[in-house]
Amino acid sequence: MPKDGGIGASTKRREDVRFLTGNGRYTDDINLRGQAYVFFLRSDVAHGKLTSVDTSAAEGMDGVVRIFTGKDFEGVGGMPCGWQVTDKHGQPMQEPGHPVLAQGKVRHVGEPIAAVVAETLGQARDAAEAIVVDIEELPAVINMKDAVKDGAPKVHEELTSNLCYDWGFVEENKEAVNKAFEDAAHVTTLELVNNRLVANPMEPRVAVGDYSRSDGEHTLYTTSQNPHVIRLLMGAFVLGIPEHKLRVVAPDVGGGFGTKIFHYQEEAFCTFAAKACNRPVKWTSSRSEAFMSDAHGRDHVTKIELALDGDNNFTAIRTDTYANMGAYLSTFAPSVPTWLHGTLMAGNYKTPLIYVNVKAVFTNTVPVDAYRGAGRPEATFQLERLVDKAAHELGVDPIKLRRQNFITEFPYATPVAVEYDTGDYVATMDKLEEMADIAGFAARRKESEAKGRLRGFGVNCYIEACGIAPSNLVGQLGARAGLYESATVRVNATGGLVVMTGSHSHGQGHETAFPQVIAEMIGIDASMIEIVHGDTARTPMGMGTYGSRSIAVGGSAMVRATEKIIAKAKKIAGHILEASEGDIELKDGMFSVAGTDKSLAWGDVTLAAYVPHNYPLEDLEPGLEETAFYDPSNFTYPSGAYACEVELDPETGQVTIERFSAADDFGNIINPMIVTGQVHGGLAQGIGQALMENCAYDSDGQLLSASYMDYAMPRASDLPFYDVDHSCQTPCTHNPLGVKGCGEAGAIGSPPAVVNAVLDAMRSGGKDVAHIDMPVTPSRVWAAMQG
Amino acid sequence: MYNFDVERPTSIVDAVQAMSKEEAQPISGGQTLIPTLKARLAAPSVLVSLTGIEEMKGVRMSDDGRLCIGGGTTHTTVAAEAAAHYPGLASVAARIGDPAVRNRGTIGGSLANNDPSACYPAAALGSGATIVTNNREIAADDYFLGMFTTALEEGEIVTEVKFPIPQAAHYEKFLQPASRFPLVAVFVARFSDGVRVAVTGASNDGVFRWTEAEEALSANFSADAVAGLKAEGDMISDLHGTAEYRAHLVGVMTKRAVAAIA
Ligand SMILES: Cc1cc2nc3c(=O)[nH]c(=O)nc-3n(C[C@H](O)[C@H](O)[C@H](O)COP(=O)(O)OP(=O)(O)OC[C@H]3O[C@@H](n4cnc5c(N)ncnc54)[C@H](O)[C@@H]3O)c2cc1C
Repeated sequence: MPKDGGIGASTKRREDVRFLTGNGRYTDDINLRGQAYVFFLRSDVAHGKLTSVDTSAAEGMDGVVRIFTGKDFEGVGGMPCGWQVTDKHGQPMQEPGHPVLAQGKVRHVGEPIAAVVAETLGQARDAAEAIVVDIEELPAVINMKDAVKDGAPKVHEELTSNLCYDWGFVEENKEAVNKAFEDAAHVTTLELVNNRLVANPMEPRVAVGDYSRSDGEHTLYTTSQNPHVIRLLMGAFVLGIPEHKLRVVAPDVGGGFGTKIFHYQEEAFCTFAAKACNRPVKWTSSRSEAFMSDAHGRDHVTKIELALDGDNNFTAIRTDTYANMGAYLSTFAPSVPTWLHGTLMAGNYKTPLIYVNVKAVFTNTVPVDAYRGAGRPEATFQLERLVDKAAHELGVDPIKLRRQNFITEFPYATPVAVEYDTGDYVATMDKLEEMADIAGFAARRKESEAKGRLRGFGVNCYIEACGIAPSNLVGQLGARAGLYESATVRVNATGGLVVMTGSHSHGQGHETAFPQVIAEMIGIDASMIEIVHGDTARTPMGMGTYGSRSIAVGGSAMVRATEKIIAKAKKIAGHILEASEGDIELKDGMFSVAGTDKSLAWGDVTLAAYVPHNYPLEDLEPGLEETAFYDPSNFTYPSGAYACEVELDPETGQVTIERFSAADDFGNIINPMIVTGQVHGGLAQGIGQALMENCAYDSDGQLLSASYMDYAMPRASDLPFYDVDHSCQTPCTHNPLGVKGCGEAGAIGSPPAVVNAVLDAMRSGGKDVAHIDMPVTPSRVWAAMQG
Repeated sequence: MYNFDVERPTSIVDAVQAMSKEEAQPISGGQTLIPTLKARLAAPSVLVSLTGIEEMKGVRMSDDGRLCIGGGTTHTTVAAEAAAHYPGLASVAARIGDPAVRNRGTIGGSLANNDPSACYPAAALGSGATIVTNNREIAADDYFLGMFTTALEEGEIVTEVKFPIPQAAHYEKFLQPASRFPLVAVFVARFSDGVRVAVTGASNDGVFRWTEAEEALSANFSADAVAGLKAEGDMISDLHGTAEYRAHLVGVMTKRAVAAIA
């Protein structure tokens, strides 16, 4: 292993030095000469006809540069959707227009109606207050089941209804599934809600648009997880700017969690306005704006059923889900409840027959899209709550019932299209049982009871599909993009190298982990390797970071490019050492000729590549720079088993998490410390969803949880010391590093364990409650215990 | 925020003078007012800062045995300096918000604002305190007039609060998980001549005295004495708890406060 850390070393994160010393360079730190500020006037009603937007009084106010309304965008494209789902009748989903600024109607609280560009933000805001907006209010549709009833007010007049699509998966299996339910010895049914969440990255969204009249080039600085995706969507579909005239930079980004994948109106606006006003235009979201304009997450209402035979083997699963799309289709919204959710319904179990129905519904709420886990937490929550409920109905141990139905042979083709390459669910469950100290639980429960508290224990398993994704497969499923990743490795003459990657780091630690891989491959110090990301002018076309794909897909591209570098370097070394390239070995940064003592240092070869005096110029180009694009052949399938132990105060309904154990299988691991940190963060968000977070609307479409006064974010004191293990490793079989990805596991795997533990605690207090919806607040627990 | 002028008087007299200007508003710690201004929900033309008035700061014992706290005293100072004289009160101050809030927020600001979920109103009402202003003294029982409403007149400034010291007191606070204000909190004070119980966070009418509990506890100061009682009133119902739940919590918090003292 290289002396400062190759694969498997818990190298400290080099980027943290700049983050923790205030030297990060975030989008809001970018201030361009002559920049003006934009303030968006947003709708304060959920649904209404926009009868007039009168800017006349505002135009002349101090500092106003220009005021824009929907009219200014009439000749401009709308916000595009990146995924087209085909419904169960073979028809494409209903896809409404999505204007940059509202045209004719407003469809959710927070929708931008007008934008004031002014010398200062204060002046922009003052002028926005002088804009007179006339809205004829219409009844809002908030509840999904109401929204799809006949005669419900339509969010979009041009559509036939509020139903975006009615998706059946796998439609051909439906009859066989129904038959299995008829034949079942036992059927367990569960109705539940997967609560709507707001991602709340620490850094709110920011966009700075710039335009150069000298060369006609547009630049957008933005808080994005995938600058090339923004360049493509905004350039090609919204503003009609060719890619060679559009640069998108996403510098340091303070957390994304999915909500910074999507292309937003504010980005298109700032790019457009910079040219129209001929000066840079900057927007920085306030936290209040973030609550009503960042895409939300989750929001499913589901009925799920499990059929079992007389020996408690799972024979079929049937689900019926309503998935909220909000008022418009956000970039990847249609894919979340379908291909990222239905394909996960097998979980860790060999259920032979599965049918998933999803109705995606438009409502007068903020658009909903991917949030850490995206579809997979929704699938896991249903399934793992259902299996627990079945165990209690049947009077069998929940762990035993899971073990009995585990998939044990790999590769395993599920009945929901995907094929798991590897996994060992028995091993992670064994590990979990050891970590969770199940033997000691009874004594801990006694201690709690002595204090007047109830104690509960809950487990769940999870499987996720990461390393998104094979392009040809997702193309068939409706993706309007490829999902490969790219890397260029540029070796400098003196031996240091730069990796320009399409993956984007916004907290994941790529700048540390990626060099560890190359350091290992070449045998040089990681400090000689620099990672460049987040700028379309500096990196090859890449798809960015989400779906736990960076190391599995981006890392693989980097490995492929580095392999090309090594192959070429060996040719150069062979020439200098007068040996055939096949005899050249690279170890610890030295090239040597097998079976001899002839050798050459890495730096001698890199220098020769750029000072090609003694060089095979007739056969080989000078230079040492290679690019690779990597398109995965399958998803990766991280999996694991989680256990949660809670204490419940029966008088107040307060639940506290006393222990949390997580046994994960992420395949091979590059930096264990970073992986542990990713799991910790994911667990905080999963536990936040289970116990605290709730994005709620009233029936008029007003956001009730519109600030931190009402939206409960988990804090350190709400969380236990986690016990995290990733020693169970079944390497991925189809990528060069054998890695699976770890970014979303914690958020996917934790909510069911928490809820299962709460219900167990209630049962120990004599209350057999079949289900309780998240967030499991004290008020809800108390109410459930009164029943 | 909208634009405003700032006055920085150094005496109560000058502050009262400054408050006579049109649309003047006092500002102390700004922990409530600044967010309100940032959200453009208030538009004072003049902010009269009370933070430079030394005579409004500090904690002292009066000759008649009451603990007197200047209206401009921060929560941090109260937490530290009231502890020796009135630990039950110091503990209220110590648990408000976070250190940043406690280092700026003041008792006068909290009592003037009378948020239905604030802590100090419960302590003041539960202690039977007297609110002293620039021109009069108001008994706590006459001061709190409902959610965000007090007996203060336009331009009147809370200069001091005088707390009689009970034999024992305890403040039991159940947190609203997002804001960390009380979802429901109860202040119980045991005096030689009876018990006072003040409840915050629960009612749409703001802080209130739970008289049934006071009577029961005055007769028998034990957690059992309140076991069968149920708080009545127009309880708040929101995302964090139903009205029934809040009514129930009033009982639990009272019982626990009593148990902590008894
Ligand atoms: C994150 C956070 C958490 C908090 N948690 C809690 C909590 O758990 N419990 C709790 O009780 N409070 C909590 N607070 C509120 C905090 O205690 C405030 O400090 C307090 O409510 C107001 O005091 P202030 O000095 O900051 O007043 P300011 O914000 O300056 O003023 C508030 C109002 O009172 C008026 N005013 C100020 N001083 C006087 C005076 N002397 N006389 C007359 N009028 C005056 C102002 O004009 C204004 O209308 C929290 C606040 C924050 C920001």
